[in-house]
Parts: sequence; structure tokens; C-alpha cells
Amino acid sequence: MDALVLARAQFAANISFHILFPTISIALAWLLVFFKFRETQSKQSAAWQALYGFWVKVFALCFALGVTSGITMSFQFGTNWPGYMNSVGNVAGPLLAYEVMTAFFLEASFLGIMLFGRSRVSNRVHTGATLLVAIGTTLSAFWILALNSWMHTPAGHVVKIVEGMPSVDVVSWWAVVFNPSFPYRLSHMLCASILTVAFLVIGLSAYRLLKKDTKPEAKLGLVVGLLIAAVAAPLQIFLGDLHGLNTLKHQPAKIAAIEAVWETQTGAPLALFGIPDERTRSTHFAVEIPKLASLVLTHDLNGEIKGLNDFPQHPPVKPLFFGFRIMVGIGILMLACAWFGTYLVLKKRALPVWFLRVLVAMTFAGWIAVLAGWYVTEIGRQPWLVHGILTTAQAASRTVTSGQIGITLTLYLTLYLALIAAFVRTLFYLAKKAVAGDLQAVETEVSPETAEDAK
Amino acid sequence: MNAYLPELFLAIMGFAMLAYVVLDGFDLGVGILLRGADEFEKDTMIASIGPFWDANETWLVLGIGILLTVFPRAHGEILGALYMPVALMLIGLTLRGVAFDFRAKVKAERKALWDKLFYLGSLLASLAQGFMLGMHIVGYHYTLANVAFAGFIACALASGYVLLGACWLIMKTHGELQHKARAWAAHALGLTGLGVAAVSVVTPMVSTRIFERWFGLREMFLLAPIPVLTLLLFGLCAWRLERLKIVKLADQPTQNAKLSPAWHRAWQPFACAVGIFCLAFLGLAYSLFPYLVVDQITIWQAATSTDAMRLIALGALISMPATLAYTVFSYRVFWGKAQPLSYS
Repeated sequence: MDALVLARAQFAANISFHILFPTISIALAWLLVFFKFRETQSKQSAAWQALYGFWVKVFALCFALGVTSGITMSFQFGTNWPGYMNSVGNVAGPLLAYEVMTAFFLEASFLGIMLFGRSRVSNRVHTGATLLVAIGTTLSAFWILALNSWMHTPAGHVVKIVEGMPSVDVVSWWAVVFNPSFPYRLSHMLCASILTVAFLVIGLSAYRLLKKDTKPEAKLGLVVGLLIAAVAAPLQIFLGDLHGLNTLKHQPAKIAAIEAVWETQTGAPLALFGIPDERTRSTHFAVEIPKLASLVLTHDLNGEIKGLNDFPQHPPVKPLFFGFRIMVGIGILMLACAWFGTYLVLKKRALPVWFLRVLVAMTFAGWIAVLAGWYVTEIGRQPWLVHGILTTAQAASRTVTSGQIGITLTLYLTLYLALIAAFVRTLFYLAKKAVAGDLQAVETEVSPETAEDAK
Repeated sequence: MNAYLPELFLAIMGFAMLAYVVLDGFDLGVGILLRGADEFEKDTMIASIGPFWDANETWLVLGIGILLTVFPRAHGEILGALYMPVALMLIGLTLRGVAFDFRAKVKAERKALWDKLFYLGSLLASLAQGFMLGMHIVGYHYTLANVAFAGFIACALASGYVLLGACWLIMKTHGELQHKARAWAAHALGLTGLGVAAVSVVTPMVSTRIFERWFGLREMFLLAPIPVLTLLLFGLCAWRLERLKIVKLADQPTQNAKLSPAWHRAWQPFACAVGIFCLAFLGLAYSLFPYLVVDQITIWQAATSTDAMRLIALGALISMPATLAYTVFSYRVFWGKAQPLSYS
């Protein structure tokens, strides 16, 4: 196979695997800060402490998976896309460097104290460490999304051509960081993280309740998760709409592909379902609602949407069309679950068993929506790596052969699939142990003699 | 100031790489040694590195980050030439990083599997790093002799990590395990020494420029302290290890660990091992400067624009002292003998 295709597949595999874990750790870190805060304030101190004790383990796992796959990414920039740093290094370099210097070390250094230092430092220092880790994860998202957004909507730079390759210089750092799509992308991603974590907490708590867990923290976790989701789900739909409008302004071809609008038209219908076909330039079996796409995108029933046929080049249609529908579908499902569950909780009614089962099935719904959303936005930028400046093909390595990439891709894929399976299983296993009440706080059991010394 | 930015970043990158090799070196070494330990010992060994390994690996990201962001041209060149070993190292690092967390959370019967993966991942990452170091010294020319040399350095670096790891355990544990660690350290010392010797012999042979840099008349005098001190440290390390041997089990601290004389001596082998790594690094840095790829790409050719470097330098000057401060803080919090890792 073509080395470029393989290089893209490999990078996609790695970045898809990576994003799963920061998506959890960003919001989970703040949730842990909240648990610690409640522990000192609330009358139900023990239940909040138990919640912290359970979720800090999940956090530790996510962090380890995120760090190791993140290290892999820092290398793959060079091995897979050497042209990227050569061309836009003046923008990407400082942003990535600031991520490592301000965020990475902060999180990694205080993680040890947050996880294992509770008996070694005062409660205040421990809460402080937890807070610093949370700030670190969010800062990390800030820098990375600034760079990613700049790749979609570059600003604050000038381009010159050196030896046939584009080369970028920065004019205004403010404009680079706060480029047109950055505020929307950052808030959309942070909210996605909150929703993902909310449903993770809801799902595992529901699982514990189904296993007849009578401890207060199981119920408490479910309520906290539902309340968060009830606010975050509609907020996310609102933020997503704003992000879509922003994309229509700056990357109209992406929107045309998402909606499979082939011809430029006013009053464009919204396809709920269909199978877009790039060869016939039409959508088969389309189920459409008249004028809705125009209404959603331009906030005007007769607004004009530029069709795919009027763009000299556009991203592939199918992955965007389906990816977007998966993301939105899950979003609506989340909203329905969150509001129904919150309604029952506020009415002080018990959650029916069938609903708890649905919630367990939704445990990792956030992951699927996040991946679908990222595929839409990243594939939607193709054939560009940096919109209007550098194509993906220009950035690919010329020294690495397709054979080498093929071998390593197979290794990475095997490893990642095994690790995801292990992660999901371990989470449910931890929940099962929590039900049985033998969730030990001790990570490693050291010989009794050493334990004696510890006292 | 602007004129010296590439040198400044080379210094920061070098520091990050040295910090990485020493810090992650000891925890990779502990990972390799896991194979020779029983169940109880495994838990203690992992407890001894638990709070640190994450931050340790961040130094690698900083080093590679500077290569990527400040020296982009060399980054593509170097990582392209090292594609396969880099991929293997990453798989190794991933395996061990996650095994560390999984082993304590999965079903009891699966723990052994994750321990094995922890060991294999540590070994794979160490060997891959050694191979990369070897290929870096010979300028990425894949000839049979060079690959054989890199293969030897792979074993030697892994052995160096085992030395660091064993000395770390001497410092952080006591009793039976401490005695075992002493024997491991003594074994690893030999191969580490051979590795340092091989690097010292081969590096000047790679290029006449490096040869002249070491063996000019004036240079030989001025540089003599590096090899002499290295030899001394090897001797000192071996001697301290030998002395610890005669500390009988009965003398091992059990109650008041910090006041026992045996405890006070236990840091010495580790200090020697760190010293050896620092001197070897110094020698290599002197040989290779100012090249990022031996005799091919200098730091000035590979450097990014001055504006970008100034901005990163500003961030580095603020964040590096802070980073060092909280690294020290974290090591102080977990000072002393390893204790069970507890979330409560």
C-alpha cells in the first residue's frame, strides 16, 4: 500500500487511541477536585471520600494510557510528518513546547502526590496537588487545541515559499492562538470531556446499582453524573451549533460534505439519513426534511448553502456525513437519558431496571461521539494538513518505507485494541470489587515487615 | 543573547536527555530486575518507583520536544533514520507504563501477566534506546559493523539501567531485597563498564574531527579528568557495593530505618552510578558538539527562526526552575524507604 495512506492510518490510529484518555482525564480531574471539596464540606463525607477513592484509580489508569500514547505522538510528528515542522514549525514549535513546559510537567510531577501522597502530606497540600493536576490537564488541552484550531483556521502569520515548500512566520501570536475557530473548538472539546466523564460515572454507578450495591456512594455517583449531564448535554448542542456556524464561514466545503449538499442551493433540506455517492454526485435513499439544513446553518429558511460541486476540491463525503450523524445521534440520546434520569431523581423516584441497563450501555457513549466528531473535523480538513497552506502529502516522510510503516502499524493496532479491551474490563472489574466492598486502597501489598515500618 | 540561542537550547535539551536517562533509567532498570524477584519483592520494587516514573518520562518528552520544535530539520532526519528502534521503544514504554497501573487493579490471576509485560516493556525500551544511542554515535550509517556496535551498546545501556535500578533499590529497600539488589548491581557494573569503554574507543574512530578533539597534546591533559574520574567512580562503586556485602542481615534496619548506619551508606552506590552516567554524557557531548547528526547537521543549520526560539526560551527560563522545584518537592515527599503505595 501507499506509504502516505499507511502513515495517515498509523497517525490516525495513534491519535484516536490517545484522545480517548485525555478526554476522560481533563474533566475527571476537576470532578476529583469537586469530590475532595465536598468531602470536607458535606455531611456525607464518607460517601464523597469513597467516590474519590474509586475514581482516582480510574484517573490513574487513564493518565498512564494518555501519557504513554502521548509520548508516541511526540515521536510520530517527526517520523511520519517531517514536512509539518519544517513548514509550520514557527507556529507549531512554540505551542507544543509551551504545552510540555507549562502543562506536562505540572501534571506529571503532582500526579505522584495526588495518587499516593495522601498519607504523606497534609490534606490541604493533597487537595492542592489534585487541583494542580486538573489545571495541568486543562492547560494541556488549551495549547493543543490552539494549535489544532490554527491548522483549521490559520491566522496571524505570513507564508513564503522556500525551495518549493511553504514556510510560515508569525506576525501576531495573539492572532495565532486565538484564531477564529479556537474558542469554539476548545469549548466544544471541554464540554465533550465533561459529557464523556458524566456518562462514564453514570454508567459505572448504574452498573453497581444493578449489582445490588447499597452503599451510598453508588447512588450519589449516579445523581452527580446525571445532574452534570443534564446541564452539559444541551450546552454541548448549543456549542456545537456555534462551532458549525464558524466552520461554515471558514471551511464551507467541510459543511457541504457533512450535509452532502451537492449543488449550491437556497432552502437546502437536511438529510437525516442517506448514502452519499461521490461518483454519481448524489445521495441515495435520502430521508430529508425540507429547508432544515438552511435553517440550522444560516438560521434562515431560505439561506444559501454552497454545494460540493462548486468547490475545486473537497474532503471525502461519506466519513463526514456518517461521522456527523453518529456524533449528533449520540448527543441527542445523551440529552434524553440525562433529562429523563434527572426528572426521576428530582421527583425522588427510583430508576427502573431497564433504564439502568440503558445507562450501562451508554458508559462509553462519550468516546464514540468524541471519535466521530474528531473524524469529521480532521477528515474534513483534507487534503490540507494546515488549511490553505500545507497539504498532508507535502508533509509526509520520504525516507520511511511503506513496509516499515506496515509492520509498526500492525504492532500499534494490536497493542491499542488489547489495551482498550483491558481498560474497559478493568473498569467494570473495579466496579464489581467496589460492590463487594473489597476495593483496597492499597495499590501494592508490601511485606508486613515494611508495612510495620510505615507506621 | 540571540546569537547563542541554539547553544542554549542544546544545553537544555542535553540536560533533559541526561535527566531522562538517569531518572527513567533507574525505573526502567527496576522494571528489568522485576524478572528476578518474588511476589512480595515485586510489589516493593514497584512501590519504590510508583510516584516517580510518570514525571521521569516527561523529561523524554521535553528532550524530544526541543528537538522537534527548536531543531525541526534534525528531528525529521534523526527520527526517520531511527524509525524501527523508535517504534519498538515506544511500544516498550507503552507496555510498561500501562502495566504499572493495570497490575494492581486487575484480577489477581492476571497480575502475573502484567508483571511480565512490565518486565518485557522495560527491557524492550532500554535495548531500543541503547541501539539508538549506538546508531547516533556512528552517524546513522547502517553498515554491519555499525549495527553490531549499536547492538552491543543496546546491551550495555540496558545494563547501565540495571545498575541504576539496582542501586536505587539498595537505597529504597532493606532486608533480603536490598541484599539481592546489591548482587544485581555488582553484576551490572561490569557490562556497564565495557559499554562506556566501547563508546570511548569507537567515538573518536568515527570522525577525525572527534579524534583530534580528544588526542591533541593540550586536550589530552585538559580532558584527562573525565576518563580518570570515570574510572575512579567505577572503582568506588564496586568498593561500596563490596562493603555493603558484609553488612549482615541482622544489621539491616527494621525499626528506625533512618538512623541506622547501614541506611546511611546505602545511597553511595547510586550516587556513583549517577556520576558515571553524567561523566559519560559529558564526554559524548564534548565529542559531538556542535553536531546533531555527526559531521552532517549542526545546531545552527537545524535551528528554527530566532523569533520562535526566543519565545520558547522565555517559557523555558520561567518553567524549568519551577519544574525542577516541584520535581525536588515530589522526591522529598516520598523520601526514605519504599512504602506500600496507597491511595488513602
